[in-house]
Amino acid sequence: MQAFVKHTGLVAPMDRVNVDTDQMVPKQFLKLQTREGFGRTLFYDWRYLPGEALNPEFPLNFPRYRGASVLLARANFGCGSSREHAPWAILDYGFRAIIAPSYADIFYNNCFKNGILPVTLSDAQVDDLFKRAEKQEGYRLTVDLQDQVVSDESGLRIPFEIDPFRRDCLLKGLDDIGLTLEHEPHISAYEKSNPKSAPMYEAVDVKIAAPQT
Amino acid sequence: MAPQTLYEKIWNAHVVREVPGQPSLIYIDRHLIHEGTSPQAFAGLKAAGRKVRRPDLTFAVMDHSVSTKNRLLPVLDADARGQFEALERNCKETGVRLFDMHSRNQGIVHIIGPELGITQPGQTIVCGDSHTSTHGAVGALAFGIGTSEIEHVLATQCLSQAKSKTGLIRFNGKRPKGVTSKDFILTLIGKIGIAGGTGYVFEYAGDAVRALSLEARMTMCNMTIEGGARAGMMAPDETTFKYLEGKPFVPRGKEFQEAVEHWKALASDPGATYDFVVDIDASKLAPQVTWGTNPGMVTDVTSRVPDPNSFSDPVDKKAAERALVYMDLKPGTPITDILVDRVFIGSCTNSRIEDLRAAAHVIAGKHVAKSVKQALAVPGSRVVKVQAEKEGLDKIFLDAGFEWRDAGCSMCIGMNDDVLPSGERSASTSNRNFEGRQGKGSRTHLVSPMMAAAAAIEGHFVDIRKWDVNGAE
Repeated sequence: MQAFVKHTGLVAPMDRVNVDTDQMVPKQFLKLQTREGFGRTLFYDWRYLPGEALNPEFPLNFPRYRGASVLLARANFGCGSSREHAPWAILDYGFRAIIAPSYADIFYNNCFKNGILPVTLSDAQVDDLFKRAEKQEGYRLTVDLQDQVVSDESGLRIPFEIDPFRRDCLLKGLDDIGLTLEHEPHISAYEKSNPKSAPMYEAVDVKIAAPQT
Repeated sequence: MAPQTLYEKIWNAHVVREVPGQPSLIYIDRHLIHEGTSPQAFAGLKAAGRKVRRPDLTFAVMDHSVSTKNRLLPVLDADARGQFEALERNCKETGVRLFDMHSRNQGIVHIIGPELGITQPGQTIVCGDSHTSTHGAVGALAFGIGTSEIEHVLATQCLSQAKSKTGLIRFNGKRPKGVTSKDFILTLIGKIGIAGGTGYVFEYAGDAVRALSLEARMTMCNMTIEGGARAGMMAPDETTFKYLEGKPFVPRGKEFQEAVEHWKALASDPGATYDFVVDIDASKLAPQVTWGTNPGMVTDVTSRVPDPNSFSDPVDKKAAERALVYMDLKPGTPITDILVDRVFIGSCTNSRIEDLRAAAHVIAGKHVAKSVKQALAVPGSRVVKVQAEKEGLDKIFLDAGFEWRDAGCSMCIGMNDDVLPSGERSASTSNRNFEGRQGKGSRTHLVSPMMAAAAAIEGHFVDIRKWDVNGAE
């Protein structure tokens, strides 16, 4: 996984509360088998008019927000479906950090698995950042995970809290499966003392229709 | 020892390793997978040269993109076909049991888990799908995960997890006729909001919950995620044990009796404490209908579409305004004046046999309104379908003008060709009314199976309590 230490970039505002993952990547793109290439699908139904023409009314399409890499969002960002396609799309579009007052649990978790830093600030702080981003064209923020600070070029500095373990994993870009496998003796010991199995007590899974070849 | 909650008991029994300053490593008893979110996990596993640690605890099924029409026909959607082929190949290579689209046990993953007894009390259960919370109804800790976590569980049979806070939600009093567990959970979400449960695991209790069938309890746990809580659960009781006895993967004979004794001990201890408690008087509840674009935008069927100006919070006001534009609804419109174009009875929320019986009872001897373009009845599994056909429910649906389909996720998510067209309005027994959920530009109203069935007959929402629903459940 890509590490996240510090990132400076153009800010794009997404001024909607409760943005769900169905909006981030609609159902028709859930049939692809890669983790890459979802940037094109991000906010698909909001971003495009029929025929994939850019919707000029959607903020991400405003010329001033082209090339944004810090996404400013509202409360409960990423609610709904567990689809990891949502953070894949956010990353592939070019965002490295999100700033919002709150996130849905599964989405929040998924961000950390993909090298995206979801920063949580208070409603008032996020409100203030929205005002700055909308007022000043080319507004950029620096998100520093090492020092746990969001800052801008005018001298604004907002410290933020984050779980120390998540922070550490993201700073180092750790492979968390590798980390867990270091506990292999404990997993084996647990399995020995808690034998788990799923024995079947009656015949199941008879084909009721033969697949056509 | 201090009194423990059901959640704490299951959690403690599954801790593999605890390191100070780190999340706990939790053992996973059952891992359910489907074609939609698993291909990238298997690919990642393969790329890293890792193996599936416990294929015997992993179960796969095809549900999200399957056709609900004739499955003997070739799959024309190349992307969907690719997903099916990938799942088949991945399961074959790793030894994971697969219920493919031709299996007699095929169905929506959250329907077949409990139905086959794969899901049992006291277990930890995960699946790459947010509605995994459904399985909590048997007294398990079950929650949805992302694809990276699927890969993690495949490789290690464990997950790294921080402990959640706990909420106790009690429904007391006698549930009125025509009011279902769907109305319980919609009422709760309307009350606490769709982020009200973020960071929590909910336990449902109270005599009105105890009086529910296990299938009805599943509907509540299923939609727990719509209130922001990752998992919902209920203490296992006699209703649970009766439901599970004889299921294909549930122990038999003496082993079953031993299991029941163990399961009985899972109930929260008297005096166990929770981070918050909500009490709801079930006897005062009415059938619910959503009017907006998230499940928290919900009201009584006797009520009206709210005026955005009635919301004191400016954020809620703005969200309501936007929702009403999307839904093409005017403030003050009586809910019962809202006309529906299509009706969908199905999904992991409400497609079990009791749901179909209730809907069939409502429509028996009647016919779908002329103004309704399509009414779909989609059983949650092929086992449900066979049972329904044994009871003659298929005939009742067909005679009333419904289409009777094969099992799958269908119009809840519209990944197959069961899509709600743009601008059209549905009465749906599913779980999400997000923008575009059932199809781009589609407008969804979430209701119970009886309410959806009645809307199909009348062409608009009706208060099902005014109909004869004796024997509907």
